[in-house]
Amino acid sequence: MNTQLFEGELIRLTQPDPDRDAEIESKWTHDVEYMRLLSADPVRPLSPTLIKKKHEEAEKEKAAHRYYFAIRTRADDRLVGFVRLDHIEWNNGASQVTLGIGDPNDRGHGYGAEALKLILHYAFAELNLHRVTADTPAYNERALRFLERAGFVVEVRRRQAVHRVGRRWDVIKLGLLREEYKP
Amino acid sequence: MNTLLQGELVRLVAANAEKDAELLARWSRDSEYARQLDSDPARPQSVKHAKEDIQKWMENESPDNFGFMIRTLADDRLIGFIGLDGIRWTHGDTFVGIGIGDPEYRGNGYGTDAMRVILHFAFTELNLHRVSLDVFEYNPRAIRSYEKAGFVVEGRQRQALNRDGRRWDVIYMGILREDWERQQGR
Repeated sequence: MNTQLFEGELIRLTQPDPDRDAEIESKWTHDVEYMRLLSADPVRPLSPTLIKKKHEEAEKEKAAHRYYFAIRTRADDRLVGFVRLDHIEWNNGASQVTLGIGDPNDRGHGYGAEALKLILHYAFAELNLHRVTADTPAYNERALRFLERAGFVVEVRRRQAVHRVGRRWDVIKLGLLREEYKP
Repeated sequence: MNTLLQGELVRLVAANAEKDAELLARWSRDSEYARQLDSDPARPQSVKHAKEDIQKWMENESPDNFGFMIRTLADDRLIGFIGLDGIRWTHGDTFVGIGIGDPEYRGNGYGTDAMRVILHFAFTELNLHRVSLDVFEYNPRAIRSYEKAGFVVEGRQRQALNRDGRRWDVIYMGILREDWERQQGR
């Protein structure tokens, strides 16, 4: 039994530490490209104070339906991103995953792939969920490839659901079932 | 202009938490209804809770939610609710939810009529670009009703529900402004 749920080779998943991390997370929210890849919400830079407040609110409100982890490098304990499972429906065994590597220089090193592997293992082997959903605007081709490599299958194409810079894009929802998951 | 919120069988009116809560609480005891409405565990709702729900989702002026009660034109009977929920203004996208709580009015076109009214409202008053919904595989009557109103299936989340010992898909449907306009002959 692999009981090291939070340790990868390059990174580890840790609890968030807003006092320490808010400055860096605030910087990420100023990166328009990152924010647009991450979500369909309008881009809005957040101050460290606001970031801390959002962390606190999320903890309070949704603790039982949400697992949030900071991604840190093992080599130097540096914050490089976050991953979370939320919208958990315990009765249906369903959940949604979201992952971001904040600084473009930290992308392409395998941090995200390892974090995804850990969170999927956590979802299926610790939380005993039945499926994990992910969604992304169609313009984030890298995210699509990344998810498909991990075994996710395209399930839904919400036509023209995102409007960015004068163009409409589909939102693509992908799913991974417990039986399809390969540790 | 006065017919914006009126269809052929029903009209959409403001909710009134004080008056409507008791009926909503009674509907919530119908677990078949509750299981068609959402994926939360079915649970009978107290009148107090129903009142809070109405106040939160319908009896407010939030710019991101438009909730209405459905009343029959024939005898002004309260038969259900319908609402646009979580409007994303930057993208012109919203989800719609509907429930016909009174079983006598299911399968007779009342829900479809209410849906047509709210689509008209979404596209000509709110000027949205699309309307979305999800519906459960075990509710074919609702799927037919949505198709009649112009929605098309955009995909299915496999095995996203676990009810009565088996897994069911959640079906996503959507209607674009251009689909709707074509259907109106505009």
